[in-house]
Amino acid sequence: MNFIALKMLTGDRAKYLGLIFTIAFCTFLLENQTSIFAGVLKRTGSQIADVTDAEIWVMDPKTEYFEQTKALKDTDLTRVRGVEGVQWAVRLFKGSPVARTGDGKFAVSICLGLDDGTLTGAPRKMLLGFWQRLREPDSVVIDKAGYVLLFPGEPLELGRTLELNDHKVTIVGISDPPAPFLSFPVMHTRYSEGVNFVGRERTQLSYVLVKPQPGVKAEELCRRIEAQTGLRARTSEQFQWDCIRYYLKNTGIPVNFGITITIAVIVGVVVAGQTFYLFTVENLKQFGAIKAIGVTNWRLIGMILLQAFTVGLIGFSLGTGMAGQFFDFFSQKIATRGLVLIWQSVALTGATIVFVMIFASILSLRRVLVLEPAVVFRG
Amino acid sequence: MDTTTTAAVRARELRKDFGEGPTRIEVLRGVDFEALLGQLTFLVGPSGCGKTTLISVIAGLLDSSGGEVRLFDQNIERFSATERILFRRKNLGFVYQQYNLLPALTAAENAAVPLLAAGVRRRAAVDLAKSVLLKLGMGNRLDTLPSKLSGGEQQRVALARALVHEPRLILCDEPTAALDHATGESVMELLAENAVHPDRAVIVVTHDTRVFHHADAIAHMDDGRIVKTESRHRNEIEIPEFEDAIPMLA
Repeated sequence: MNFIALKMLTGDRAKYLGLIFTIAFCTFLLENQTSIFAGVLKRTGSQIADVTDAEIWVMDPKTEYFEQTKALKDTDLTRVRGVEGVQWAVRLFKGSPVARTGDGKFAVSICLGLDDGTLTGAPRKMLLGFWQRLREPDSVVIDKAGYVLLFPGEPLELGRTLELNDHKVTIVGISDPPAPFLSFPVMHTRYSEGVNFVGRERTQLSYVLVKPQPGVKAEELCRRIEAQTGLRARTSEQFQWDCIRYYLKNTGIPVNFGITITIAVIVGVVVAGQTFYLFTVENLKQFGAIKAIGVTNWRLIGMILLQAFTVGLIGFSLGTGMAGQFFDFFSQKIATRGLVLIWQSVALTGATIVFVMIFASILSLRRVLVLEPAVVFRG
Repeated sequence: MDTTTTAAVRARELRKDFGEGPTRIEVLRGVDFEALLGQLTFLVGPSGCGKTTLISVIAGLLDSSGGEVRLFDQNIERFSATERILFRRKNLGFVYQQYNLLPALTAAENAAVPLLAAGVRRRAAVDLAKSVLLKLGMGNRLDTLPSKLSGGEQQRVALARALVHEPRLILCDEPTAALDHATGESVMELLAENAVHPDRAVIVVTHDTRVFHHADAIAHMDDGRIVKTESRHRNEIEIPEFEDAIPMLA
């Protein structure tokens, strides 16, 4: 009977294709929006993830996310170093100076000043040049997106100069770090130079980066640092989640994406459900004939679930393929780099489509199960 | 035992009501009816007299409100729902006025549906269905979809579907009503030639007087009761006049 179910399904070409298109569209929209949502939120902590040398970030107790910094005292670095279990601790400066090119083009940038001695937090993925050249005076490493923003249409080239707060700096490397939340150029420089690229404040230390001693758990060391210094200490992962939570709580991002995702689910449930329901209702007489011939209700349930599963699977596969193509194309664009189709999104969408098709099947099954087979005798 | 005179269907004081209270309608008001093995029994009467309800109850598609109906000496209303379905699958074949073919299936696949429902493998079922269709003169239309078949051809496919699993009782509801005279006549000839069998009973609900000469017996129904039964050799039955009977073609 399975082949009868499938032939009934594919025989009504318009509804069959309509169902597949609806589910494919719903799948595409859900996977697209949830993956972009996750990607955008991940960007809020991308500079944290890019620092692979250190495991712990120490900051002002009131800091809630990466962009929100209040300078620490220079002595805080020493205090952190004094906590038992700390293998090493280095300083990190974060500022937002305006970068200006020779022809006057400018952009606010994210400037990360790395510990002069160790260059901890330097970008590891370099497209051009070497991060070790940051030891040279007045040098910066700029990310590719920032370079393209400041020098549009020009080839990647080392040795070009920029002006940062009246300081002339030379580009000694072009990196490819994870995209930041805002599309600002990301510049790495030494701490001692970075502090001069922004307006001078009494204190400049944004973060202390810490590496625990072997055998000391990062979470445990965070607790010790907090207890002994009164500062806030978070593991890299915790700090990234802090950023995500902050943006979820304090921006309209989740609402905007939530609306689109809700619409996709509603469209999927309503349109797919209604089309499948109509498909069954229009075939009620056929189901009645099959029922009269002697097909059990369980077999009919199996036939309808097979039909639902088939359109669900084909639509989901097509939609996932479309989403894959979408992300493949846009991941090569500067503005949308790093946004990928994540497996969690595919799994979540798959579960949603299963829900949609079960909902549609239940609507249809109800009509078929209560159907009197005697209906076939009515002309 | 002479099987040609054994009752395949025996209904006694059969009643069927629809609705309750003031909206209750008595459709069958104590029907006594028999259909014998080896015979083509016509159930005739004006529209609304209860013919279709009677065969629905006989087929176990509707439950009666009273009385008793026995198929092959068994009261199928005492069966569980599943037993009734299995009984129907094995013993009954149906031919409908509107054919009720599955539009996405070819003629051969449509005819194979009862076998597929019984769990026969697709290839074997379709091959068997093709052999039945060949007997019914549909050899050149085996792989044609119902939408490409004429009304007469569709009814022949429906007939093949009713015969393919060799049921012991075939119920036909107005099988010629949607057909012109010549096509209806040809369908009835095929029905009489292929369906009538010593071990099988065929009940045809109709008020198409043009095909009455095919009957072995005619049960006249009116207002929910069998009012007259005629039993004689085919072509010797007097054609009754109904107010709404389909007029003979000139």
